Formats: sequence, structure tokens, C-alpha cells
Amino acid sequence: MTLLPELYMFLFSVFFLFLSVGKKRTSLFTAARVLALVGFFITLVCSGARGVFFAGAYQVDFFSQIFKVLLSAGFTLVVFMFEKENEVENLPEFFMFLGFSTLGLMILVSSVELISIVVSLEISSFSLYAIVPLRKAQTRTQIEAAMKYLFFGAISTGIMLYGMGYLYGMAHSTYLPDIMARLPQFLSQPLGVLAIILALSAFFFKLSLFPLHFWAPDIYEGASDATTTFIATVPKIAATALLIRLAMLASSSPAQLATVIIVFAAFSMTLGNLVGLVQKDLKRLLAYSGIAHAGYLMMGLLSFNREGNAAAAYYIAVYLFMNLALFYVVMLLSRRGEKNVTINDLSGLARRSPLLALTLAVAAFSLAGIPPTGGFTGKFFLFVTAFKAGYLAIVIIAAVNTVISLFYYLNLVRVSYSRESEELRPLALAFHEKVLCCVFNIVIIYLGLMPFGLIDLFRDAM
Amino acid sequence: MSPYLTMNPFGFPILSTVIFLPLAGVFFILFLKDGNKIKTTAFVAGLLTLAASLILFFNFDAGTPLFQFGESLAWIPAYNITYALGVDGISIMLIVLTTMISPLCVLCSWKAIEKRVKEFMICILLMETAMIGVFCALDFILFYVFWEAMLIPMYLLIAVWGGPNKDYASLKFFIYTLFGSVFLLVAIIALYLVNGTFSIPEAMFKGYSFTFQIWVFLAFAIAFAIKVPMFPFHTWLPAAHTEAPTAGSVLLASILLKMGTYGFIRFCLPIVPLASIYFAPFMIALSIVAIIYAGFVCLSQTDMKKLIAYSSVAHMGFVTLGIFTFTVYGFMGAMLQMLNHGVTTGALFLMVGIIYERTHSRQIYDNAGLGKFMPAYMGFFGLFALSSFAFPGTNSFVGELYVLISAFVRSRTAGFFAVVGAVVAAAYMLKLLKQIAWGREDKRDFKDLNVREFVYLTPLAIFVLWVGLFPAPFVRVMETTLVHLFMQLNKLSQ
Repeated sequence: MTLLPELYMFLFSVFFLFLSVGKKRTSLFTAARVLALVGFFITLVCSGARGVFFAGAYQVDFFSQIFKVLLSAGFTLVVFMFEKENEVENLPEFFMFLGFSTLGLMILVSSVELISIVVSLEISSFSLYAIVPLRKAQTRTQIEAAMKYLFFGAISTGIMLYGMGYLYGMAHSTYLPDIMARLPQFLSQPLGVLAIILALSAFFFKLSLFPLHFWAPDIYEGASDATTTFIATVPKIAATALLIRLAMLASSSPAQLATVIIVFAAFSMTLGNLVGLVQKDLKRLLAYSGIAHAGYLMMGLLSFNREGNAAAAYYIAVYLFMNLALFYVVMLLSRRGEKNVTINDLSGLARRSPLLALTLAVAAFSLAGIPPTGGFTGKFFLFVTAFKAGYLAIVIIAAVNTVISLFYYLNLVRVSYSRESEELRPLALAFHEKVLCCVFNIVIIYLGLMPFGLIDLFRDAM
Repeated sequence: MSPYLTMNPFGFPILSTVIFLPLAGVFFILFLKDGNKIKTTAFVAGLLTLAASLILFFNFDAGTPLFQFGESLAWIPAYNITYALGVDGISIMLIVLTTMISPLCVLCSWKAIEKRVKEFMICILLMETAMIGVFCALDFILFYVFWEAMLIPMYLLIAVWGGPNKDYASLKFFIYTLFGSVFLLVAIIALYLVNGTFSIPEAMFKGYSFTFQIWVFLAFAIAFAIKVPMFPFHTWLPAAHTEAPTAGSVLLASILLKMGTYGFIRFCLPIVPLASIYFAPFMIALSIVAIIYAGFVCLSQTDMKKLIAYSSVAHMGFVTLGIFTFTVYGFMGAMLQMLNHGVTTGALFLMVGIIYERTHSRQIYDNAGLGKFMPAYMGFFGLFALSSFAFPGTNSFVGELYVLISAFVRSRTAGFFAVVGAVVAAAYMLKLLKQIAWGREDKRDFKDLNVREFVYLTPLAIFVLWVGLFPAPFVRVMETTLVHLFMQLNKLSQ
């Protein structure tokens, strides 16, 4: 029972592995959706499970289960958003790899030991390396993207292993609780700080945090919309979860580490937002927005206390929904998935499909952090915790960045609402597409106005 | 119930009702298709809100400086954020102003808005909810949520239904305002970390350290000075006003600008009094610069809407001048000027909208010489123009008089320059009035005001004369609160 979510995700992937041998069927989508939804409910039911496996290397606790629910929700939504039209090649394999990747991430949030962390991270990454080139359009960008992702990913894993080697050398243990307990001793030497930063590099890579952010724009641009949607959201949840787990285990607030994180966060948000200003391709823009948001997220991890961790967790939950909403607009706009959607393609959207334009507006305002959306509430929690921990500088940098980022988020809304386009063909949405749009809007505003349930849940889990 | 609130005498939460009635209207409009039904629903929702706010007004107890009709519910307990509402003498008049102006905005857009009527009316009603919310909120976060949420419909009003330069204007408006607001947010968090609560009344009249007050004041002042707008931060205003549709200009002028001065009087003075006193000379200087500079800019305008927009900068200069002179007269004058400017400038924008529907031009020359064939229009225009430069007998005279008395008490130089500004105001308004009435000889056939236009101009005209001739009822409502504020400030500054 305790391992049912992981087990189910494994069976899901194996099921599609077998399907890939057979003929292509259109019923595949329905099957994937139903099975993913079942998986989500199983994860939800199992959220009360507790247990310790493999000599303490694998912990099933409230913390891991709540993140598994988030991961599963993200996975299910991606499967639901994925349309027949923007087809990728080798459909069953695509679902299989998505499943395996989610499985790896689920294992990751339960792992508290270096080797199981590496293994689970690689399960997830390898699946992603494989699906980046699975785009139907016959351009070379997806091949380039796949190569870059593979190389950068492999290098970041290498750096992580190198750092972990140091950690083991200093702590004589691969268990996170042991390592974090010795943290104050080895953080006093420069090598200790270096070791822990290097060991975290793979997670910074997943989050696309400065200085490991540079892969994101190219991969977002090259990969198919569905793949990008997945890469942009679900792995970030697991990476955040692991960083929060580390912050939970650290007994006191290590000032040296906080300084490094502040520098990374400040650069990440500033760079992401400034470069985001000049982007034309919507997916590239979202990549830079993701880099900026990784910076905001770090503000929660600075304070090394329960409140900060809960704020970071809340932010990543909101981020999941607002990012998915924006990607959904991208997906529906590029039905055939051959070319990437540019900002100009948004013109006249409010006429062509009011609901889609509304979804875009809600998601963009949320990403910019305007009330009453979830993006504001999440950012507000981050600001409060970082300020409380005494890091006023980063709060002000983030506040200024919010204004900078508004330029390009608002631009999306402006183009879709106030610019007329030559193409006034209405964009008809199917019933389930409308439902999904409404769900995104409602969830984003709900998270903005009524955060009390979820934030309390996160505080309990931390 | 906290000691700052008095109980709500009604069996239901009256303030929430006033806030969310327009939102209920939005809900109904969502299901409507026909343009006229949508407009009617929006208008009825506006009228119901007005009725509810009048109930509030007539049950308001002018004898206490406490917040009345209080409501308080835990909202986000983890951060000690409450859903707290209440009104005092400062906010009650602004709420009534809001509920009065909003239905007029629906009326004035009846014919002018042809495309996307549904979205337009939804935006107006959302604005109304957010604006009333700003004036009622007694919790910083609740305030901030309403304050920011207001930007979205206002942005859309300009960006979708605006004039030819709407892209530039709407973007500038949004980013300028948000830039100020993020510092407001940081200041709010700073206050929370000191007080442990986001309650606004509980943050008032505390003895914070001087350095802390200085920083909080600066953060507040950026946000509010942009909103007012005070002199160096005013450049978004002419652009936004000129490009916005008539209803948008009216909402901007009548209510949005008031939020800046409301912020000064509600937050800066009671929360950071020492810093407010410290910075008062600078604020007075900026106000004077705004009054005179905007006056001279107005003299050279050829676009009616731009002229009125710049005159707003000058009028709001009088309001900030009144606030930062720190006398009861100054506060009263500022409050009255806020109401007067809301009514008069709103009315002038409506007048521009009316003539624009006929000539499709905002240029003074194109609209000149209307005196012969649009007598009713000229009658209203003349009244509002006189009111705009504070002619005795009109509302602005009372407010400006209070402000000028206070300015002379505080500093003769400031008073002198304010009087110069008032004279310049007479110069540009009379110049405009002369042009519009007699500027051209040729006869054009425009229809004079129709019934709908009469209906929405008359209440404003009545208000102009009422306050001009008998301001006592309005003064009495806010007197106790302002005197209380003054006493508290005096106590703290000694």
C-alpha cells in the first residue's frame, strides 16, 4: 500500500511499453487519460501512507506523499492537455517515457540517501532525454535541443556526483540526515560550501536556476509543446521538494549557504526577466520566465525554517498551475505543432476565443504576481519569509523584478486583447478543452484568494 | 471585535454587501447576450450599490472617530491576515462618491461603446468592487489585493476600448502604478514584522523609530505619489486619461486618483507621523510645483481631454498641499477637494465624451463655438468649468478656501504660490470656456443634450451647487475623524 503510487506509475509505463509493440490506435489518448486519472486518485488515497524502506534510504512520509500528489497532478494534467493534433512521433513510447520520468521524480521526493537520489534523478532524466527529439515537425531544432539537453544534463549530473564525493568524504555517510547534521562543521571551510553547491547543481539544473539555466530556452524551443510543458513543470516540483528536504534537515540557518543562494536567486531573476523582455517565441519567453521564477522560489529556501519551506512549496504548487495554463494556451494555438507560437500569433485571440484569452490573461497576471491570483499570494509568502529572515536586499530585488517582468507578461495580454489580426477565424474549443481552461482559471484564483487550506497543509508537512 | 471597530448595527454584513453587489451584477451579465440587457443589468447593479451605500451613509454616526459597520473574519490565519472592513469619516464620503460615479459611467457608455459591450460592463463593475474594497479594507493585505486588482480592469478599459495611442498609455499606466505598489508591499511586510499583524488600525499611532518611519514613509510615498499623481510622477496621467474611453477617464479622475491621497491620509499620517512631518516641506513644495507647472501646461493645450487631465494634476496638488499642512482645516479642505475634484473633473470628462460622440474630435477648435446651438450643453459645461477653477458658489471654492487658509497658516510663501496657481487655473479654464462657447462662427447641426445625458449630468450639477452653497452636512460627516487624527498627530509630534 505504501508504495502503491510508485508501483502504479511503473505499471502505467510498462503498459505503454507493451502497447508500443502493437499497432497505433487513436484510443491511446483515452486510455492514457483514464489511467493517469486513476493514478492521481491512487496517489491521493495513499497520501496518508507512512513507512521507511531500504535501511532508511527511502522515506514515505507526509512530505513525500504531498509532493507525489503534486507530481501526479502535474503528470495527469499534461496527459490531459496533450492533444492529438500536436502529435509527437511514437506515441506509446512518449507516454511510457513520461510515466518513467514521473516515476523517477516520485522516487526522488522519497529518497534521503545520495545514491538513491542519483538513481532516481537519472531514471527521470533519461526518459526526458529520449522524448525531447520525438517531435513530428521535420526541423533540426529538436535534434539540436535533444543533444544540448543530453550533454548539459550529463555534465550537471557529473558535477553533482563530484560534489557528492566531497560530501561523502567529509561526512562519512551517504544519508542526508547524517550529512546535514555535520553541516555546521564543514561549512566553516570553503570546500564544504563548494561541495554542497556542486552536489545541488543537478537540482539547480532541473529548476533552471542561474548559473545552470542556459539550457532552458533552447530546449523549450526545440522540444514539442507537450514535452516542454512537462519539462517546464513537473521536474521542477521534485527538485524543489529535494531542496526543501535539505533545508528541513539543516538544523540551523547556514549563513554561508544563504549568501550563495541569494546571489544565485538575484542573478536568476534579473537575468531571466531582462532577457525575457526581448523574446518573440512564446516558449522561449516562458523559458526565461521559468529562470526568473526559479530565482523567486529560492527566496523561500533562504530562511531554513518551516514557514519558508511552506512558502516555497506553495509557490511551486501555484507555479505548476499557472505555467500549465499558459502552456495550454500555447498548445491549443499551435494545433498542428509544426511551428512554435510567437507573440504575434496571439493577436486577436480575445476575438477568436474569449475563454482562451481569459486563461492567458489569468495565467500571465498570476506569473507577474498581480492579485487576486495565486502568483501574488505565493510571492507574498516568499517575500514575508525572506524579509523575516532578514534578507531585505533580495526582497527588494525581487520586487523590482516583478515590475520588469510585468512588461512581457502584460505584453501577452495586450497583444491578445487589443491588437487586431488578419486572421479572425474563431478558434473553436472542444468541451473538455473549455473545462480544462475553466479549471485552470478557477484553481489559480482560488489559490490566490483562499490559500489557507493548502498553506496549512504544507506547514504540517514540513 | 477589536477596539477600533464599532459593531455593525445591521443583521447582515452591510459593507460586504456594498462591495460585492457589483460582482453579483457581473455574475448575471455573464449569462446575458443582448447588449441592452447587459447595459441595463450593469446600471441596475450600480443603482443597487448606490442604494446600499446610501443606507450606509444615513446610518453613519458622525460623532465617533472609530471605524463603523465593522466586519472581521480570519482569512489567512497562518500569517494573521484578516478580512477586516470598516468605514470612518474619511472613507464614507469616498465610498458614496464611488457608488455615485459608477452608474453614471455605465450611462455615459450606453452609446459610445459598441464593441464588446459585455466585457466593458464587466470591467466597470469589477472596478467598482475593487474601488469600494480599497476604501473599506482595514487589513493591509486585503487593501493591497483590492488596490492591485483594480489595475487589471482599468488596464483593459484603456487597452481595449482606448484611443489610437492606447498601447503606450495602458502599458505606462500599469507599469508605473505597479512600480509604486511593490514598494508599498515591502513597506507593508516591514510593518507586519514589527507589529505581528496586518491590521491597519493596529499599526496606527505607534511609536516606531524615526529611521524606520523614514523608510516606510518613502515606500508609501512612492506608491501614493504615483497614484495621485504628484509632480515628477505625473507623466502617466495625461496619456492614460487622453486614451481611455470616457467612462475610463471618469473613473480614473474621480476615484483612482483619490486613492493616492486617501493613502496619504489613511496610512502615512497615522502610521508614520514623524516621517510625514519631517517630509512635509518637500511634499508641500512638490504640491506647489504641481499646481503651477500643471497650470502653465494647461494654458498651452489644444486637446480638451489633455487640458482637463493636466488640470487634475493641479487640483490634486491642492489636495496634497492640504494634507501636508497639518491643520484640521487643511485635512478638511483636502477631503472636500477630493470629493469636489471627483465630481467636477468627472463631469468635465463626461462633457468631453458627449461632444466627442458628436464631433469625433477632442481638439478644442473642432468643438468650438457651441454656444449658439447647444445651450443646455454650454450651461452644464459653464457650471463645471467655473467649479473647476473654484468660483465662489461652487463646490471647489469651499475646498480650496480651506486649503489656502491652511497653507497661509503654515507658510506664507506656500500660500502665495498656491494663490498664483489658482489664478492660472482661472486663466486656462476661462480660455477653454470662451473657445467652446464662442470660438467659432459657423453653424453646425449637432443635437443638444438628450435625456440620458441630462440624467447623468444633473446629479453632478446638484452636487456642485449644494457643496458650494451649503457644505455643512459634508463637513460634519468627516469632522470628528479628522479632528481625532489631528489630535493624535499633535500628541505624537510633541
